[in-house]
This record gives sequence, C-alpha cells and structure tokens, in this order.
Amino acid sequence: MTTKRGESPEPSVPRSPAFSRKDLLDIESINEDDIRLVLDTAESMREINQRSIKKVPTLRGKLVANLFFENSTRTRFSFEIAERRLSADSIALSAAGTSVAKGETLLDTGKNLMAMGPDAIVIRHPRSGAPHLLARSLPCAIVNAGDGAHAHPTQALLDAFTIRRAKGTLAGLRVAICGDVSHSRVARSNVSLLTKMGAGVTLAGPATLLPAEIERTGARIVTRLEEAVDGADVIMILRVQKERGGGLGFPSDREYFEVFGLTPARRRLAKKDAIVMHPGPMNRGVEIDSAVADGPDSVILDQVENGVAVRMAVLYLLIGASGDE
Amino acid sequence: MGEAPGTYRKLRLLDAAGLGRAIARMAHEIVESEGGTDGFVLIGIRTRGVPLARRLAAEIERTEKVRVGVGLLDITLYRDDLSTVAASPVLKKTDIPFGVEGRTVVLCDDVLFTGRTVRAAMDAILDFGRPRKIILAVLMDRGRRELPIEAQFVGKRIATSASEIVSVTFRETDGIDDVWLLDRETPPRAARRAPRMPRAPRAPRLSVSAKSPKRRSKK
Repeated sequence: MTTKRGESPEPSVPRSPAFSRKDLLDIESINEDDIRLVLDTAESMREINQRSIKKVPTLRGKLVANLFFENSTRTRFSFEIAERRLSADSIALSAAGTSVAKGETLLDTGKNLMAMGPDAIVIRHPRSGAPHLLARSLPCAIVNAGDGAHAHPTQALLDAFTIRRAKGTLAGLRVAICGDVSHSRVARSNVSLLTKMGAGVTLAGPATLLPAEIERTGARIVTRLEEAVDGADVIMILRVQKERGGGLGFPSDREYFEVFGLTPARRRLAKKDAIVMHPGPMNRGVEIDSAVADGPDSVILDQVENGVAVRMAVLYLLIGASGDE
Repeated sequence: MGEAPGTYRKLRLLDAAGLGRAIARMAHEIVESEGGTDGFVLIGIRTRGVPLARRLAAEIERTEKVRVGVGLLDITLYRDDLSTVAASPVLKKTDIPFGVEGRTVVLCDDVLFTGRTVRAAMDAILDFGRPRKIILAVLMDRGRRELPIEAQFVGKRIATSASEIVSVTFRETDGIDDVWLLDRETPPRAARRAPRMPRAPRAPRLSVSAKSPKRRSKK
C-alpha cells in the first residue's frame, strides 16, 4: 500500500499516514504510526458492531480467502465476521478436504488460489514464516492469522486495542505476560507491539518454558509469577500449549497451577484496577483460576469482541483502497 | 480549509457575519417548514457538516427553547470511489446517539457539489433505521451535480466551473468563519486577470487539496 496521493479530507489536521505495508505479517514490520492507525480505525469499526444493521458496503466486490492449516475457532470466526461486516466475499479453505491433503505445496496452493483473484489471503499455518513465503510470491495482501510459534499480529493488535480502551493509553503501562512463553506467538507479537508503544513488559514463566535469548525482546524476564504481577496494570495469561509440547516443561497441571496459575490471591498483587487478559482457549485450573477468568477484572470476552473490529480495520486498511500508485 | 496549494483565492463568498446570518436563516426556515421541532434530529457529515449541524441546533435552541439532537456521521465506508483512491482514507468516528426510526433527519453538510457524499450519507443513515424523512441542509450549493439530489435548505447558491473549489472554514474546525471561491493557478502570464470562464479540468495534481473535484467525490 502506498502513501503517495493518500488524501486527507481534513487539511487543517496533519495528514495521517496511510498504512505503509502491502501485508500484515508480524508486528516487527509495521511502525508505531501503522499501529495507531489500526487502533484508531478499529474504534470506528467498533461503532458499526453496535448498530442494529452491522454491515457496511465498504469491501463490496472484494474477495478474501481464509486459509486455515491449523485449528482455530476464535480467529477464524472473527475474520469471517469481519469480512462479512465489510461486505467482502469470503471463501474458507482448511487443510483437510482440499488439495493440501493430497500433498500440494503451500506455494502451489497459493498460486492456484491467486489465479482466482482474491484481494487478500488470511493464513494460519503451523510453520513459522509460511505467510511470509506467500507474501513474497503473491501480489495480493497477506494477513498472518498465526504462524507456528512466530507471530500473531492481529491478536497483539486486538490486545492492544482492548488495553487502550480500558486504560486510555499504552505508554507507561506495566504489563505482565505469564505462562508458556516459548510456544506463544501471542507473547512474541504482544511484547513487540507493547514495547514499541512505550509499555513496560515483564515476562514470567517456568524456566523450561522461556525461550533462549528472550532478553533480546526488550522485556524484563522473571521466573516467578508474583514478581511479574506485582504492581501491574495488565495481566496477560498465556495458554499452556500442550499441542506444541508446552506440557513437557513441568511435572503436572496441578503443579503448574500451584506455581503459575493466576489465582485471586495472586491477582491482588497487581494494581487495584488491573485488567486480566487471556488469548483463549483457556485451560481453567491450569494457567488461570475460574474465579479470576470470570471475575470483574476479566476482559477476556472483550478481547473476543474487539477482535472483529480490529480485523475489520486491518482488512479495510489493506484492501479498502486500490493501492495503486 | 483556507488556501489549498496550487490554488488562489478568487472571491470571498461569505464573511463571518454573512455566514452567521445564513445559518440563522436556515435554522428558521427548517423550523418553519417542519412546523416546529417535533421529532427531528440533525446529523452533520464529517468534517464540516458537523459545525453546521451544531450551529443550526444552537440557533434552534435560542429561538425555540428546544434542544435538538445532533449526530456525527463519517461516510468514508459508504463512498463509491473507495476502490479508485490510492490509500484507504482515515476513518473518523460516527456518533449518532439517538435512534433515527420514525424521525425527521436533517442532514447537514458545508458544500453540496456532485451529490455523491449525500448519497453515501443517506445509505449510512438508512443502516441506522428508517427515518420518517431525510431533508438536506447545506451552507453552500455550488451546482454541478452528478446525481439527482437537491438541498431543501441552502445558505447560498453559486454557479461554479469545474476547476473552482468552494472552501468553507468554521471557527470550530479551522479557527475562522469564512467562505472563499478558489481556483487553480494558471500559468503566470495568462493568470489572474483572465475572464472567468469554464476551463477544461487539468490533470490532477498531487498537491491539490481534498476539495478538488478530480480527487474527491464532493465539493
């Protein structure tokens, strides 16, 4: 997407830059202005989701292909709802039941799909870097809906949106991200986004679930949950990803809960008005106590609701305009 | 918006006092033709339809002692030229804090030009409900419609050429109440004193303001 000839209907206000990228692959490749633009746009989209007719004609005639090579409920539905609310046509492809099951390579699937002329491809894939591969070889917009343990940019954006709505700002906040950090693309994208926007992030988890060279992310690293949560404005609990081997980092679920589960007592170490987040799906009684998950500070369902608005914003910014020079 | 790059001020159409008088008259006309203020609401199209709507509401409140609801509408998502612009325009918030069902909606904008903005605004309003009727109030009607749309209440009408721009500024948004007719700068020798006649539109310039007819659907 180009910034040239980006028009501003309001010359009295400094022109906001257009979204600077063709794709949304990870947080590292977008800048603070892009992030702010997505969050501000999502505010407008959120208003649409509260109308009685929750649909606008903005992406009429545009085609979005959803390629989900990995299980997903929330993210897939969220993208599909976002596409429909913007009047885009959407098609869904999952690994099972398509030629992927017959051994077609990702690139071939992408190229064949491209021949049908989608304006954007939303892709979730178990391998890190899969969306980047498509982005390099296909002319349409690629949106990463989670790739391996690498990145989940729309989740980080919707988390930031949820935090900003609750706290008014991101800069200066103390955010504790706790749990299975090593398998978490959510953690990676969130650390990247929150530090970019001036929040202070503390990562906590069992030493066995903290990846090597984690210090390079710019986050503070601790191995006790209490230390991270102490005085925090935001507590983000990560899911123990058993399907990726997260369960091998500790002896038992009960043991994990004893040491790293967010209980009401541990929650009280944070600020009084702190919010509790979880990207879902939750393992209740493992990383989080139901009393906290369903408690008054929990914004977990707000995150899901905000996901639609943020994905509408991303799609609008990527394919709303022609993108031509 | 003042003087846009690549344009010069040709003629002042309204000064602050004239603008105030026009709005006061429009407010009275609206109330008179609607037979009061019962069941009607004002919705301003962002950006400069909003100060117009607020001032009409203030004038109505002053004379009728009735507070009329004012809503804000961003029509970007309903534009018919979105897929032709290079970058997605920045969205501003739509805020219509009342139901439009069964109400009389007075749609307000600063300049009526092609009518495309108003078409988009009507589609947007109908997504909020089914108003009893929609009427249109604009400060300036500059002609050159591309859709069969007319305003019921107009501050001032002026015939314009395609190259001209009607620039409305409000105290609230731009620091000054003013309405100017702008025109594109012509090459130095032929410029300024040339007789006023419609010129063929020139190739769009990158620097020309948002109200340029080539680049935006209105004004």
